[in-house]
Amino acid sequence: MNSTASAFGPSVRPLRRTLAIYGKESKYEFLKLLRLPVYSGSTILFPVMFYVLFGLMMNRGEGLSSVSVSTYLMATFSTFGVMGASLFAFGAGLAGERALGWLQVKRATPLPPTAYFFAKTVVCMAFSLIIVAALLTLGFLFGNVHMTMLQTVKLAATLVVGSITFCTMGMAIGYFAGPTSAPAIVNMIYLPLSFASGLWIPMQALPHFFQKIAPFLPPFHLGQIALSAVGAESTGSNLMHWEALAAFAVISLGIARIGYQRDEGKMYG
Amino acid sequence: MLAEIESIPPSAPQTGRPAAARLNDVTKNFGPVRALNHVSLEVRQGEILAVLGPNGAGKTTAVNLLLGLAAPSAGEASVFGGDPRNPANRMRTGAMLQVARVPETLRVREHVELFSSYYPKPLPIAETLAAAGLTTIQKRMFGELSGGQKQRVLFALAICGDPDLLFLDEATLGLDVEARRLLWQQIRKLAERGKAVLLTTHYLHEADALADRILVINKGEIIAEGTPAEIKARSAGRQIRCRTDLSISEIRAMEGVLEAKTDGDTVVIQTAVAEPVLHELLRRDAYISEIEVTSAGLEEAFLALTNNPSAHESH
Repeated sequence: MNSTASAFGPSVRPLRRTLAIYGKESKYEFLKLLRLPVYSGSTILFPVMFYVLFGLMMNRGEGLSSVSVSTYLMATFSTFGVMGASLFAFGAGLAGERALGWLQVKRATPLPPTAYFFAKTVVCMAFSLIIVAALLTLGFLFGNVHMTMLQTVKLAATLVVGSITFCTMGMAIGYFAGPTSAPAIVNMIYLPLSFASGLWIPMQALPHFFQKIAPFLPPFHLGQIALSAVGAESTGSNLMHWEALAAFAVISLGIARIGYQRDEGKMYG
Repeated sequence: MLAEIESIPPSAPQTGRPAAARLNDVTKNFGPVRALNHVSLEVRQGEILAVLGPNGAGKTTAVNLLLGLAAPSAGEASVFGGDPRNPANRMRTGAMLQVARVPETLRVREHVELFSSYYPKPLPIAETLAAAGLTTIQKRMFGELSGGQKQRVLFALAICGDPDLLFLDEATLGLDVEARRLLWQQIRKLAERGKAVLLTTHYLHEADALADRILVINKGEIIAEGTPAEIKARSAGRQIRCRTDLSISEIRAMEGVLEAKTDGDTVVIQTAVAEPVLHELLRRDAYISEIEVTSAGLEEAFLALTNNPSAHESH
């Protein structure tokens, strides 16, 4: 009874129907968040607002790390936005659905559990893309941004893939935070981490202390890859940064798994 | 319309049919708290089983075990003879659970569409919406609905996969009388089509009106089980109040009288079925007056069962 049944295998339904479930789950997860002004408004608006303020309005046309300030901040504020979108959607979303019974309702259905997490990840990627697109549009129209097509695609791809690390961090938070405390916890992590990772003020301008701790912070690594994508100088190799992001994802998944098992233990023990 | 619904007699227990869901001597502990204590139950195809009990009796725990959302500490929970967590079994199971918050920014129809996609042979969306009385509000966001409408959406999500086994945990909580009757009608229809339905309720008249069998549960133990009529009969179903010259001892000796006592200058008689006792009273005392028969109802039956320790010996 307690052993996992053999029928958990893939033969339960045809592949076509499984894919349809993944698609529908993702579509409605996206619509659900898009229509939630608290989420879609704040996660898109904040990076846009910061970029307009610091990247466009206060920009006096100086250069920074061999690119214009508006290009530099394009990379870092996009990273900031991607991080927020993923942490809030996954962290606050999961915490609420887990604690208030909705996840139970879903678990009682034949929905494959992986589809639930897949949908949340895809939606974080979609919002990441929206944020990058918004900043790119603003930068091209009103800023002194000159990027090649390749650089543009590289930046977008980097941030969409990089958002996975923040999804796993959100998942870890979602399994430990309560439904009301989750957004506050996300903010407590998200804002200081962004600052210390040089997403608001360039790393070089921050006190030396921050340059010491930054390698231990996931957004620092994604920020550096994003900077190299737009042609700005970055520290370390991209490969090393990707490895760091992968390591943070593995650690987060490990923490999430502990929370998941603790949850199951309450129900399943 | 309502009279028509009321007149549908509950079908007899389908003893010959296979069990769709079964708890076999199940005990469930949450830390030091024992939520269920050696509980065995069975829901058969085409049968409506009501699990009746006060809050905290263990009803929801029983449902969660049968849905594979929790594992028994001892004993076995099975649906269709197998593991409730088996996706093949989940495809044949629908559940309406108590949930504190449902995503509010999806429309009614979208919720139903999404859940329908989880099942291999769902009902047509329009049919599900109609059955749950949601056709006119299908475009509304979930967050804009009233409490009763929200319950109906959850019911729609439970039935949209056309399941063979349906769990309804406090399904009519917060529904008004009309919405409740609509739901009852749907539940009866499902049972008529051979579905197995397990509903938990603390609305006692609901168990009486709907169920083929009632299982009374209190503090994690089954304290009574039977048809609604049996459950009522078990605990003084009718109360006759009258003014008579017959002596208490004579009344007590009459067949069918469970208890008789004086209350001022009237006599109060407890009986399972009132009519035979009334016949006998009228035959023996032609001048009997101020006769008043009240139904003890399931409420009283339930109270009597949960308060009466001697009820334990009967299960």
